[in-house]
Amino acid sequence: MTPLLSVSDLHVGFGRDPRASEIVRRVSFDLAAGETLAIVGESGSGKSVTALSINRLVDYGGGQITRGSIAYTRADGRTLDLAQASERELTKIRGGEIGMIFQEPMTSLNPVLTIGEQIEESFRLHRGLTGRQASAAAKDALDRVRIPDAARRLKYCPHQLSGGMLQRVMIAAAISCNPRLLIADEPTTALDVTVQAQIMALLAELKRETDMAMIFITHDIGLVAGIADTVMVMQSGEVVEQGRLDTVLDTPQHPYTRHLLSAVPHFEAGRAARTDFRRPDTPAAPALKVEGLTVRFPVTSGLFRRQTGAVHAVDGVDFDLMPGETLGIVGESGSGKSTTARAILGLVPPTRGRFSANTNLREGQGSSAVQMVFQNPYASLNPRLRVDSILAEPVIAAGRRVTAETTQRMTQLLERVGLPKDALQRYPHEFSGGQRQRLCIARALMLNPSVVVLDEAVSALDVSVQAKVLQLLVELQQEFGLAYLFVSHDMAVVERIAHRIAVVYAGRIVEIGDATSILSKPKHSYTKRLIAAVPSIDRRHQTFDLDTRQVPSLVRPLGYEPDPAAWQRYGPDHKALAEA
Amino acid sequence: MRILRAIFTHPSGRIGGTIVGLYLVVAILGALGFTPHDPLMQFRIDRLQAPDAVHWMGTDLFGRDVASRLMVGISQSFVVAFASVALAASAGVVLGLAAAWSGKGWDGLIMRIMDVLLAFPAILLALLIIAVVGPGTWTSVMAIAIVYTPIFTRVVRGPALSLKTRDFVDAARTFGSSRYYILTRHLMLNLVAPLTVQVTLALAWALLTEAGLSFLGLGTQPPASSLGLMLSDSRNLMEMAPWLLVFPGLAIMIGILGFNLLGDALRDILDPKTRRVAA
Repeated sequence: MTPLLSVSDLHVGFGRDPRASEIVRRVSFDLAAGETLAIVGESGSGKSVTALSINRLVDYGGGQITRGSIAYTRADGRTLDLAQASERELTKIRGGEIGMIFQEPMTSLNPVLTIGEQIEESFRLHRGLTGRQASAAAKDALDRVRIPDAARRLKYCPHQLSGGMLQRVMIAAAISCNPRLLIADEPTTALDVTVQAQIMALLAELKRETDMAMIFITHDIGLVAGIADTVMVMQSGEVVEQGRLDTVLDTPQHPYTRHLLSAVPHFEAGRAARTDFRRPDTPAAPALKVEGLTVRFPVTSGLFRRQTGAVHAVDGVDFDLMPGETLGIVGESGSGKSTTARAILGLVPPTRGRFSANTNLREGQGSSAVQMVFQNPYASLNPRLRVDSILAEPVIAAGRRVTAETTQRMTQLLERVGLPKDALQRYPHEFSGGQRQRLCIARALMLNPSVVVLDEAVSALDVSVQAKVLQLLVELQQEFGLAYLFVSHDMAVVERIAHRIAVVYAGRIVEIGDATSILSKPKHSYTKRLIAAVPSIDRRHQTFDLDTRQVPSLVRPLGYEPDPAAWQRYGPDHKALAEA
Repeated sequence: MRILRAIFTHPSGRIGGTIVGLYLVVAILGALGFTPHDPLMQFRIDRLQAPDAVHWMGTDLFGRDVASRLMVGISQSFVVAFASVALAASAGVVLGLAAAWSGKGWDGLIMRIMDVLLAFPAILLALLIIAVVGPGTWTSVMAIAIVYTPIFTRVVRGPALSLKTRDFVDAARTFGSSRYYILTRHLMLNLVAPLTVQVTLALAWALLTEAGLSFLGLGTQPPASSLGLMLSDSRNLMEMAPWLLVFPGLAIMIGILGFNLLGDALRDILDPKTRRVAA
């Protein structure tokens, strides 16, 4: 049998001279109908470019196929070389036979058209349906992707739906004409873990139902396990390993695949949690103590903008943090985990609550014993300042002069975080994402803080860089006795660095305690859901359950106060909120 | 130095840069008095002479040398243009940063005033201001500065609003950096590129507005020389002495073209999206 798609010796180049600057080289693979190929690689590995060359969208990005063929077997049995096909033939094939889902559902839908109109569009173009027929078809399409209340949702505009819902709409549009091949380019990267699990379950179900082939692009090798039949690992534009799923995962041949499988954080249900810190039995002075922290944002409505309610972003959060300890704050977007971190640093005014950092300031500390590292290393460094000015800023802010001693500390810290000596005289754009995050860490350490708040500090980095930065953070913690408040959505990363974990849901801590205990024996239903949603190689043969629950609204009427927390103890250091 | 090289590798930057450079040389020579003749000296016998070897651009009704008057006129126009744009840019930076930083009430007030100023056509507003204060070189500087302040305010406020929410500003707040430090190091430094482009383009408009005001007799007063004034003097003699019209007219046109080309080039060079291609 001829495969649905057969790519051989594909080369893709960019720029004025595509042959000289090839981004993808010597890529060959076959894909049979009903099979799923996962392309795994880090940013810049050429995985997206490979996929985009198949429906030739790469042409619009300035790319050009310089060599090789893409033999695609059409529905009527004829074979077409997509690498040579004319734009007219391609238009028919795109959407009609090859569907595509993009990473960012928020930006791939037109914000001023209803989702109904946008799905009907593809029925109009490829099937010639009009009017009522088209809207009936659109409703069916939404039903297929399990959107509840589909008829009403058709009249919604994109901003009225959550990210997970939008991604389902995108899938509905992509599969509306029963494509024989679906290209999914990191379809869940922008989504929360539980939503990611929902989308993955949906894709797996659709695959079973329709006999559709799929190319699934991801940077997360853990995600591949649940969906792929064959895996292709790419590194800097070349395929380093390809084969059946089990073969690649169980007996990886290439060092890079092994590196992805071993060095990169994977969720291991508490087995990989750190054990290098134990809380002292006698009560000691915590580095940071937070009591009843509450952050509310007013909601106003009506002509006179009267306050009618409040968004309870953080609602009575309590925890303490010992010197040398890491508390991981885990939750999904909108759970209030970042707001907690920002409130502690004074970036958001808290409505109520107290927090006190250790008052015995260490030597060289500035006015604040708490420093922060932000998520996006590209946005948190001023592009117009040289590294020495960037590092000097906390010192200047503390009202001190930049002396020879300061410069010496800068060089020491840069060397400690693993940056070259000449880094001081360079600008941020000359560094990679991982190096920039090291710079941010060095900057946070300039004033010798006792607590560092890391807000999704490794989330924007490539997986293998993530592992190295985490290693650095652990070393720095041991060296300087730092306490970390590690805010993250990624269970696998939190497992590597946290001693204790607090799970945040809808503005409140629902479960807090020892990391091993929480990850291996979660008690609260939300923690269980969160852990079940984490993609993992260990659980590759489990099927995902489709769970369409949504996070509740945090908008409360004026004067609303939540019930006081009723804690249930499960161990010496493990308690969860009692559920009704 | 790097920016100069970048300008001269950019096709329209090369032309624009050369024109603006030549004008600057001419303006400086004119201001220092290195002109072929005394611009105020009246050669009685040589009135309305066509261009020749002695008077390169001919003479006017009073027998004054057009080339010399043109040089002085260009330097006069440049002084007005640079002074007014410098004032407008400084005022715009201060107002734009104040609006973006303080938000809500102040932002609304400042920007509504700017909207009102922007609603008037530039030359009309300048006329209005001069009608109130009286004509003269420095009043036209003030008038042009006021007319172009709203544009700079907007150019500063927009990016400043987005810079204000960037992580590096938040990071600076967590260190406890002072407002002055954040405004100068984090906001201003990142506004240099859009401001440079805007300044270059504003110079072209200011040159034109100055010529217009002098043409109407409201800018530079005779016997001092300015491009607009020369055009105005020549309009009755257009048929008898076309050179009186052609040379100042061309000087204005080419000057504005030069600044516009330079501005376009700077926009390409300073825009981080296109910069990578050049680098």
